[in-house]
Amino acid sequence: MDFRISEPVVGPRSEDALPASVTSAVKVVVVGGFGVGKTTLVGAVSEIKPLTTEETMTQASTGVDDIAGVERKSETTVAMDFGRITLNDELVLYLFGTPGQQRFWFLWNGLFEGALGAVVLIDTRRLEDSFDVMGRLEERGMPFVVAINAFPDAPSHPVSELRAALDIPDAVPVIDCDARNRGSSRDALLTLMRYLHTLTTTTPEPW
Amino acid sequence: MSDPEQPQRPDWEEGGPERLYVITSGRDLPDKRSPLDMVTLIVSRNEAGGSMQPEQAAIVRICDYPLSVAEISAYLHLPVSVIAVLLTDLLSNGHVEARVPAPAKLPDVALLEAVMHGLQNL
Ligand SMILES: Nc1nc2c(ncn2[C@@H]2O[C@H](COP(=O)(O)OP(=O)(O)O)[C@@H](O)[C@H]2O)c(=O)[nH]1
Ligand SMILES: [Mg+2]
Repeated sequence: MDFRISEPVVGPRSEDALPASVTSAVKVVVVGGFGVGKTTLVGAVSEIKPLTTEETMTQASTGVDDIAGVERKSETTVAMDFGRITLNDELVLYLFGTPGQQRFWFLWNGLFEGALGAVVLIDTRRLEDSFDVMGRLEERGMPFVVAINAFPDAPSHPVSELRAALDIPDAVPVIDCDARNRGSSRDALLTLMRYLHTLTTTTPEPW
Repeated sequence: MSDPEQPQRPDWEEGGPERLYVITSGRDLPDKRSPLDMVTLIVSRNEAGGSMQPEQAAIVRICDYPLSVAEISAYLHLPVSVIAVLLTDLLSNGHVEARVPAPAKLPDVALLEAVMHGLQNL
């Protein structure tokens, strides 16, 4: 069996290369359930076609056809989409979309470490999905804003009702968003940045 | 300001396919103090050499302009955890350099303003 790369690795197209002058990168995470529009949002603002990075998760599983119910290990591959925005000659922003379900939280450590903040994308048809995610972000001390991705057949609730239903703190911005729209997706990111700005300028220094 | 000693490494490599073990020559994955983040930018310092592993040569080749660890992972179709191992060697041999991510714990106002300004130009 050949474990090596079998075909030449193709890097970015030359027009997708970052300027050589870029010295640092920041990241923002978009988190939400399946089909909520994470990849769409990333693609709407990204200057490159979203890329995918995969991680494997090893899980103990008990197969039904195992005679003695022996534990086996199974491997699941989880894909994470991400995009990129060059902010200026020196700074680049990466935007990662990651599934919010609890079984994917193993992805979170390396991802949220050092992230500026998160956008929690919510589909009003499946509100309950977002509870755990927000709780988990709060535990991690990861600042987030909530973006309601409006699907046409989704029940529309006033923001105040959603805030109450999801128990979102008053300080946390909640906005409507159409993930397919570049301006709307950019505004969701800007809302997060303004919120972080407020947090930074109002949080006392730790010393 | 961020501490370069902070753990920045993904915590997701409990076990992995055999292929990955072979590519990393069975070495341990980098310890908790590895400075590599998904958005650490990697830039080549020289040309890919014949003695490099094919995966490492590929990294050196595609990093002629800066690429994040996540992008390298995407182009090589290998998990970030495996890329981190491959990069450890390349970094210590000076074949590539790493540009560490901007500090994020209580990011400074200037950084946030730069991000906002960049987004507004989108
Ligand atoms: N109507 C509408 N459809 C959307 C919106 N955002 C995403 N979609 C669609 O919903 C589907 C799932 O979106 P996707 O971005 O793949 O979701 P993900 O699983 O969270 O990455 C796709 O077919 C999108 O075109 C939105 O704001 N409005
Ligand atoms: Mg997706």
